[in-house]
Amino acid sequence: MNHPPYIHVAVSLAAAPFLFGVINKVKAGFAGRKGPPLFQMYYDIVKLMRKGAVYSRTTTEMFRLSPLVSVAVGILAVMTVPLGQTESLISFHGDIFLLAYLFGMARFTTVLAAMDTGSAFEGMGASREVQFSMLAEPAFLVGLAALSLLTGESSVAGILSALRNGTGTATGHVVIPICVASLFIVLLAENSRIPVDDPNTHLELTMIHEVMVLDHGGMDLGFIHYGSALKLWVFASIIARILVPVKMSSPMLDAALATASLLAVTVAVGVVESTMARLRMLRVPQLLTGATILSLVALIIAMR
Amino acid sequence: MPRFHAETLDVYNGQTFPVSACPNTDMASFRATLIGGVSQGLRISALFGAPLAGDTLRLYAVLTDDNAGRLHLISTDVTGSYTALTPSCAQAHMFEREIFEQWGVRPEGHPWLKPVRFETPFRGNGKAAPIGITDFFHMKGDEAHEVAVGPVHAGVIEPGHFRFQCHGETVYHLEISLGYQHRGIERKIPGGPHPLTPFQMETLAGDTTIGHMGTYCRMIEHFSGIASPAKGQAIRGIAAELERLANHIGDLGAMAGDVGFLPTMSYCGRIRGDALNMTAVLCGNRFGRGLVVPGGTAFDLDSRLIEILLKRLDDLEKDATSAIELMFNTPSVLARFENTGRVSRETAREIGLVGPAARSCGLTQDIRFQHPYGIYNYIMAQMYTWHTGDCFSRAYVRWLEIQESMAFVRQVLHAMPSGETRTAMRGQLAPDTMSVTLTEGWRGEICHAAATDANGRFAFYKIVDPSFHNWFGLAQALRDQQISDFPLCNKSFNLSYCGHDL
Repeated sequence: MNHPPYIHVAVSLAAAPFLFGVINKVKAGFAGRKGPPLFQMYYDIVKLMRKGAVYSRTTTEMFRLSPLVSVAVGILAVMTVPLGQTESLISFHGDIFLLAYLFGMARFTTVLAAMDTGSAFEGMGASREVQFSMLAEPAFLVGLAALSLLTGESSVAGILSALRNGTGTATGHVVIPICVASLFIVLLAENSRIPVDDPNTHLELTMIHEVMVLDHGGMDLGFIHYGSALKLWVFASIIARILVPVKMSSPMLDAALATASLLAVTVAVGVVESTMARLRMLRVPQLLTGATILSLVALIIAMR
Repeated sequence: MPRFHAETLDVYNGQTFPVSACPNTDMASFRATLIGGVSQGLRISALFGAPLAGDTLRLYAVLTDDNAGRLHLISTDVTGSYTALTPSCAQAHMFEREIFEQWGVRPEGHPWLKPVRFETPFRGNGKAAPIGITDFFHMKGDEAHEVAVGPVHAGVIEPGHFRFQCHGETVYHLEISLGYQHRGIERKIPGGPHPLTPFQMETLAGDTTIGHMGTYCRMIEHFSGIASPAKGQAIRGIAAELERLANHIGDLGAMAGDVGFLPTMSYCGRIRGDALNMTAVLCGNRFGRGLVVPGGTAFDLDSRLIEILLKRLDDLEKDATSAIELMFNTPSVLARFENTGRVSRETAREIGLVGPAARSCGLTQDIRFQHPYGIYNYIMAQMYTWHTGDCFSRAYVRWLEIQESMAFVRQVLHAMPSGETRTAMRGQLAPDTMSVTLTEGWRGEICHAAATDANGRFAFYKIVDPSFHNWFGLAQALRDQQISDFPLCNKSFNLSYCGHDL
């Protein structure tokens, strides 16, 4: 018997910031440090929520709207993704496009808000964000299209559920790993992780995502942090489910496995961040184009 | 290369001579000597003004011949203005701007006559220009844009203002405007040494305490005709190399951090602390404040401390080697370092880079090696160069120097001389005497030039920190680079703001 879908949505909304704690612990481990507490992101968000915000006189409503859109998009996205055996709250044919362009919309408002400040840094960050997401988007969509073709489904929940019920074909064995590789690169790019972006740097000139939100503070910044936690949760859970499409005997075991694989993907993000340097910004388009090509290869194989 | 011949005073590092011995020529031969010397491979270590009666200014130049290990001094008197050297000799660029700002003597035809530190003129009633307000270079065009960074930065670092002229992500020109750390130390010294002078020397650039204080103390010793005992020199050598170790290790960690390579960043941050703590074993202060005094060192090193230092050095070597080699063995790090922020050998020579920044462009110049002083007269420090001139080169030369410094410290600890660490100071400084003292600080050549008056007090005391030479090198390194690589290039030079601003 399955629990109703809103329970897992509630769990996802509550647990998403925990993933940052996991990544930071992994990174601290590699660096020989203790690292911040696992729940640090919760403390940060709570702290920020209690603060007021300062708005520059040059900004307009767009600047205040963008953090809200980030959170709203995150919450909607979580609803389209199932966890364990449960169905997702929202699911319809073609909702993979909804997922991709929800994030597109959040990015659009973030970029506008960044340009709104008139700062040279933020304009630079906006230009980078747009350039890189333009290249990450086809990798994501084509990757999902390949999986859609493989399973004959066109909703996120449908694809993941079909994978779980078994596509033990030879094609599936080839398509799935390629898609996972491509989607993992998209995850790193979309969530501003190393090797594409460095979430920890304080150097404005090298930032992509962070520099766009430099002028946000207080509750707005809290929303932005929470929104990015949800985004990471969505990407990581999709990849985890594709990677471990196993159906367990009981819902409890299934939920445990889903959680474990989600954590494994998160740890992998931390390991990548700890063992390699960031790419030169000139090389990022090459990485993302590579991801698109991987997705295309998967699509071509799935078509056969 | 033939010996440099000209109408100059030919001295070695730290030699004292009567002020009148420095040849005073007309402007034409002064110019010819400098331009000719630099074209023959000599470097301008210092070019500065010292006031004479009335409106006259005496310009002194120190030309350094690294191959022969000699310094050439020449002077000329100017009033009002003279024809700038910079168009024919780029090394004079910052010095002439400084002379104009401090003394109001205009180098006619200088292409870039802007304030250096926005300081009050030394003579007359002129006011300082408002800091940071100057005629910045502009690139015009629909798609060209300007990025201004600082003076307040995101990290806990010193203030400085950077203007980038960009087209998209590509930097066409970087202009660096400093002066925010100006404390006016040079103008406080004449009439001294004052009781405060040693403390001002130790804090010229906080991370080069031993470097600047060591130079000052040698200067005082030369003027008073005493010499530090062997043990004092050995301890100074250890302190200087520990300073180099700590800063180079810290820099490599910071460079790793700038490319997002966490393990080396974290470990080097800690290991830098270990090196600083070894300096604290010497004297109780991590930066070596109070260790070096005129006549030697204020602290002795007994066999128990030597044991502790040797043990700590072994640990340091083990940790530093594994942390740094991990970085140099990681392809993604090398991909970031290589070909980033390249300065050609020709450019480096033309603008007069010093220290590791120069050695990583393939220039062979190291004061310890070519103009030896103190302990380096007896124990030769190896000089390392690399030829690529990029961030990798600046990182790799640092790593080679780290290894050399560790070996050097170990060797000196094993062969510690016995006896006193300090010679008592006696009497006054010799009157009407002048000297130029060079030191290889961890950033490069530190040049102090001073003269005493008839009463044995300082008439002037000129300080040239290596950063004064090298900031322009950073600007050159950024040409045609990605603006996102600026922090990495900046860290690969790691220059001092307060050392420049004095």
